Amino acid sequence: MKCIKHIIGLIYDKGLYSIFIYFEVGLWTSACPAVQRGDTTTGGVCRWSHTDITVCSGGKEDAFKGKVDREIYLNLFFYIANVPFSLVYFCLFQTVEHGFPHQPSALAFDPKLQLMAIGTKSGAIKIYGAPGVEFTGLHKDTTAVTQMHFLPGQGRLLSLLDDNTIHLWELVAGPPREVGGVKREGMVCLQEVCSYSLPGRPGIESCSATRVTVLLLLRSCELLCVGTEGGGVYFLDLPRLSLKDGQTLLQDQVTQSLPEDYRCGKSLGPVESLQEHPQQPGKILIGYSRGLVVLWDLSTRHANHLFLGKQQLESLVWERSGNSFVSSHSDGGYSVWAVASGNPYTHQPVSSSIPYGPFPCKAINKILWRTAQSGSPVLLYSGGMPRASYGDRHCLTIQQDKEHVTLDFTSRVIDFFTTSVLSLLLVEFDDPSALVVLLEEELVVIDLQTPGWPSLPTPYLAPLHSSAITCSCHVSNVPPKLWERLVNAGKAQQGHWPICGGKNMAPLPKQQELLLTGHEDGTVRFWDASGVALTPIYKLSTASVFHTDCDPSDDPQDPSNDPDAQQEEEWPPFRKVGCFDPYSDDPRLGIQKISLCKYSNKLVVAGTAGQVIVLGLSDERSDHLVDVSVVDLLQDREGFTWKGHDRLEPRLKPAPFPPGFQPLVLVQCLPPASVTAVTLHAEWNLIAFGTSHGFGLFDYHRRNAVLARCTLHPNDSLAMEGPLSRVKSLKKSLRQSFRRIRKSRVSGKKRAISTPTSKEANAALAEQEEVAPVQRRIEPRSADDSLSGVVRCLCFADTFLRDGTHHGPTLWAGTNSGSVYAYALEVPGVGLGRVCERSGAGEGSACAEAVLGKEIQLMHRAPVVSICVLDGRGKPLPDPYEASRDLATAPDMTNAHSVLIASEEQLKVFSLPKVSAKTKFKLTAHEGCRVRKVAMVVFSSTAQEDYSEHTLVCLTNLGDMHLFSIPGLRPQVRYDCIRKEDISGIASCVFTKNGQGFYLISPSEYERFSLSAKVLTEPLCSIHLDRPDGPAAQPQANGTHKNQTSQAEGGSGYTHAHTHTHTHTHAHVCFVIFLIFFLPPRLSFLSSPLLFFSSCYFS
Amino acid sequence: MNKNHRVPSNRSLSAVEVKSKFGAEFRRFSLDRSKPGRFDEFYGLLQHVHRIPNVELLVGYADVHGDLLPINNDDNYHKAISTASPLLRLFLQRKEEADHLAFGTDSLTRKKNTVLSAVLLRPDPNRKKPPVIISLPKDFRPVSSIIDVDILPETHRRVRLYKHGQEKPLGFYIRDGSSVRVTPQGLEKVPGIFISRMVPGGLAESTGLLAVNDEVLEVNGIEVAGKSLDQVTDMMIANSHNLIITVKPANQRNNIVRSGGGGGGAASGSSGRSSDSGASYYGYSSPGGIGAAASTPSHIIQNFHPEELESDEDDEDLVIEAGGEAELIPCAPSASYSMPSLPRYEPHLNLRTAAAAASSGSLAMERRSLEEDGTVITL
Repeated sequence: MKCIKHIIGLIYDKGLYSIFIYFEVGLWTSACPAVQRGDTTTGGVCRWSHTDITVCSGGKEDAFKGKVDREIYLNLFFYIANVPFSLVYFCLFQTVEHGFPHQPSALAFDPKLQLMAIGTKSGAIKIYGAPGVEFTGLHKDTTAVTQMHFLPGQGRLLSLLDDNTIHLWELVAGPPREVGGVKREGMVCLQEVCSYSLPGRPGIESCSATRVTVLLLLRSCELLCVGTEGGGVYFLDLPRLSLKDGQTLLQDQVTQSLPEDYRCGKSLGPVESLQEHPQQPGKILIGYSRGLVVLWDLSTRHANHLFLGKQQLESLVWERSGNSFVSSHSDGGYSVWAVASGNPYTHQPVSSSIPYGPFPCKAINKILWRTAQSGSPVLLYSGGMPRASYGDRHCLTIQQDKEHVTLDFTSRVIDFFTTSVLSLLLVEFDDPSALVVLLEEELVVIDLQTPGWPSLPTPYLAPLHSSAITCSCHVSNVPPKLWERLVNAGKAQQGHWPICGGKNMAPLPKQQELLLTGHEDGTVRFWDASGVALTPIYKLSTASVFHTDCDPSDDPQDPSNDPDAQQEEEWPPFRKVGCFDPYSDDPRLGIQKISLCKYSNKLVVAGTAGQVIVLGLSDERSDHLVDVSVVDLLQDREGFTWKGHDRLEPRLKPAPFPPGFQPLVLVQCLPPASVTAVTLHAEWNLIAFGTSHGFGLFDYHRRNAVLARCTLHPNDSLAMEGPLSRVKSLKKSLRQSFRRIRKSRVSGKKRAISTPTSKEANAALAEQEEVAPVQRRIEPRSADDSLSGVVRCLCFADTFLRDGTHHGPTLWAGTNSGSVYAYALEVPGVGLGRVCERSGAGEGSACAEAVLGKEIQLMHRAPVVSICVLDGRGKPLPDPYEASRDLATAPDMTNAHSVLIASEEQLKVFSLPKVSAKTKFKLTAHEGCRVRKVAMVVFSSTAQEDYSEHTLVCLTNLGDMHLFSIPGLRPQVRYDCIRKEDISGIASCVFTKNGQGFYLISPSEYERFSLSAKVLTEPLCSIHLDRPDGPAAQPQANGTHKNQTSQAEGGSGYTHAHTHTHTHTHAHVCFVIFLIFFLPPRLSFLSSPLLFFSSCYFS
Repeated sequence: MNKNHRVPSNRSLSAVEVKSKFGAEFRRFSLDRSKPGRFDEFYGLLQHVHRIPNVELLVGYADVHGDLLPINNDDNYHKAISTASPLLRLFLQRKEEADHLAFGTDSLTRKKNTVLSAVLLRPDPNRKKPPVIISLPKDFRPVSSIIDVDILPETHRRVRLYKHGQEKPLGFYIRDGSSVRVTPQGLEKVPGIFISRMVPGGLAESTGLLAVNDEVLEVNGIEVAGKSLDQVTDMMIANSHNLIITVKPANQRNNIVRSGGGGGGAASGSSGRSSDSGASYYGYSSPGGIGAAASTPSHIIQNFHPEELESDEDDEDLVIEAGGEAELIPCAPSASYSMPSLPRYEPHLNLRTAAAAASSGSLAMERRSLEEDGTVITL
């Protein structure tokens, strides 16, 4: 007889469960593939051929047969039933990036496919079409992309990097891949096909001569002209990217044909611009830095015409007919040149002007000349501002006839292009429909067809960071009614979005999702996060509640309010465009916490100066005075003086509030420290808020404070000094940690530290600091650690606090020092264990009350990150109104509830009402990582439509995600997600209820990820490509090529090297959990059982 | 199947001859060396052979060094059986009149048992000395201990620090460093975590078991290799109430010497010692040193029993009911361990002080204190 000693573990791979069993005889018997996946939630039908163990679900004893005795079987059964069997597939996909690419450096547009590409300084390429159509590629080197050019209609893109390499990219249908058990056919992704770098010229010492300055792609898409710093023009075959050897045009050739007086022994300078003749293919315009422009015939290899410009050249553009072209210059002027046949030399332009003269002006970096059917051509150029007065402005000028607008941006202009309604090749006129300007911090689109040239709202690429993001909050499954009202309030003007390439094939989102971001300037922005494109819906400003120094009220968007400024700046005719504004008027306005009740349309917004604002949704404009209430959280505690900022002055006069969320009540905490936690229970009309000093409970319906509780420890002096000193200490600790990082890098390379500086004393001191090893003190957390009173989390729950028979409203608060306070609440209309009929008449008199029920001091004193009450089935309680409106399954109030308290170090479930520990997981003790964020997430099964499990997701300070079952707290799986150095990324992470999440990868971009294989938000799009056969195809003998129209379907452009992940975990999830397994006493023989208690994960 | 047989005349190697003394009476019987059974069975057997069924007994035996050591659990019972050569001499005492001080090194020699001395050839230098009074380990609150001597390499040391409920700081610092490992490819330098500093007067320093430049290998059974300094710091702090660190001491001279026989007394120094290479019963043979103070008598620390770690008192969170009584949350239902003192819990607030004060009864007082605390609170 073989006796099973331990079930060592369980492996879950590709839907098969395997059990490791350790036999008495000492055999590891492993990996039994016969264990089948069945209805495992109720036990599972597992078969194991080796010993004829059959374990059946539901405790069917007759199903047991074999050579093992009953007791062992029962143990086996027990543990199988408790093992984290899961029908749910977990995964980690970084699906899409929302927002505006960080540090863009290049722009390209494909007029045929209507696609726009943006390259960044980190070597990423992002292609955008219609909303939802997105592709991403990443160069192998993280070098800045300096130029990009589409091969129109082919789905190919050329990129020039800062390291002088040219890369060709293609939209390729990849092999089908499996995503969480669902097969996806033919995903299109952006792939690098080949690359090329110009060889250094023999005989010339520096390679800078062959440094590429400009690229020109001929319309035939077969030849690439490459202008270099040395003045040479090279020709490359496309799409193979091979140099046409004999054809290189060196500067000497051009110089020879120049008249003697122009030559004057100087070089012509780098090639600044290459432009193909719009009517005669094979002729290109070459502009040299010194001012010379050559019309070059490629077929005869001969200069047709020389334009002997004297002014340093910046850019060239053809007029559509090919009869003239425009050059822009470094002195801020532009010239129009006529291309007459006959005379090979032209000495003077037809016309020349310096628009912002006569005082010295900055260069016009790029100029576009667009003809219009309706009248005179449109001239668009960037720069050219008067150096002295407006030299620091980032401007772009649009000129047509008398109309002249100087667009004044808040960040640098990188590049711009115009789009046309009709295809370029068919019509006589350019007829620009829109101007697209890529700025360093945002994308601005100007409608050129509407008089006045208004700007268009962008459906994606929104500058999330127009004011720094201070917090974010996700609301899933938004009711359509609220959605509609929000959209109306946002008045999102539906302009015609000019970039509409590709077709979004993604199914319509099943539910509407909102992402709310709080900003430093006191605004809350509402984003449509349902799909791939993160679209702004509505913007709420809370600044109008307060009386601030700078604003005499008023809408900044309305320029008519500012007549003085307009008169003053009549020339140039500036117009502020774009919404990127990093300067906050008052940092106290910053939003720290947001809570939205989607059923009652109540919003709570809390900020840096202790302000908590309750807002309600209204479709009408209203002028009213906001009720103000002050809550003293210190509760007359003596010996504390607040040294931080003052509270914000509430506005004393009624203020106009536009339709949308309008403030109802303002609660101000004293001392006015930043709000650290806020929660809302709209059904009870209660809000709770916490700061570093304590927490308060407020009834916003009756406008009275219900409770104020100080959580300060008597020894905690730091809390009172306000944010200034804290910032200092934060800075210090940041500096130390950076030094640590640097140090660890240095020590790895064993590099000697040499600091030969002039200030010797300082250097010596610095070195001393460097030499001292980084040490960490090992000491338990103590009660009087600084900032121990910070309230970290608050939660409302209808549960059993005082006894096991009566449930009622409760409030839970957790602090930085591991204290948890639980209050039983008396809410009028909501009785203990019964819900009274809520009649409006009786309510007025009664007040909500709070009675302290329990105080829990966690022995390890780690900060409490989250508190969540679980119902009798171990599921989290539903949100307010969900139960009463039958929107969610009612919580189980018959069995005992429990409360999950997640601290930075441990997860622990306590039974209620007698708070005794049930289960726990000591994450820090095992992994050495600390919990940063915790969320309850519902994971749906990919196999069964209606099956879902609640899972606890933990994000740690190392940037990894740990998933735990509820309420057993068994570790399910672990993923590396965010780089551990990316502190702001970890801090900004927000989870959705269905297993997705967002975190900031740059100040302006959210990375969206998904932990659930069921819920993925990925680009899914199709594009019609018109591409000659094959990539880098063999040269075609007869010189013609056959066009093939291929339709590529699918989506998602992810190259595997992604900077923000350590590893990509693929669809096959496999993990082993070691179990602790005790045998009945009689079976434990001589040796004591080996006990495994560590959890391991394999992936 | 594991019955103890009485086979008086069997003197084969497989049998252990037992001579048991209770008061003035002797009993002789033998046990199967290979199947000693469990301690409670053995205990019952002793009560049976001495015909004292309802007397609580304290069982001691003379080990090879002549020390009187207790038998009170399976492990030391097995140890006693396995080391008996061939005679196992037992000394039984009534528990109520037990002389707790009897156990320990050289305890038997005081009894002038010439036979024992002769048999064991044990030099007895302390014969003339007055007996040293040593308390039973359970009278002490453990501070630190060396554990798992049997399973660790000689160059390593596993130290348990009991921070519990103490005023003393844990008192040490760790740093990054590198150590040399022997690998199949030869010597290799690998990053490691080292103790960098001891706080004077701290727990770590006072035990003498840890020293500066000791390399930290494990924290509560989890290897630190591949973990960053911050991770290890967090692990140690998370385990600080019951910290078990495995170190490779920088100074290898004070290592535990494992000698097979009579050399038990050779090792010296404060590091504690194990006098035999059998099971890890490090407590009893130590001359009142740290080791003796450290062990819990009823429970030999073998490996890291997870239940031991888990059920440790370190996590007993404090719950204050609104009624005022503070109570510890037991983690396991059987909180058999009687804590020497409640962990010091300093109330943060007046309210808590009041609540604690009111724990003796008066609810009215409690109410008043609550009402004073904040105007909004109404009980």
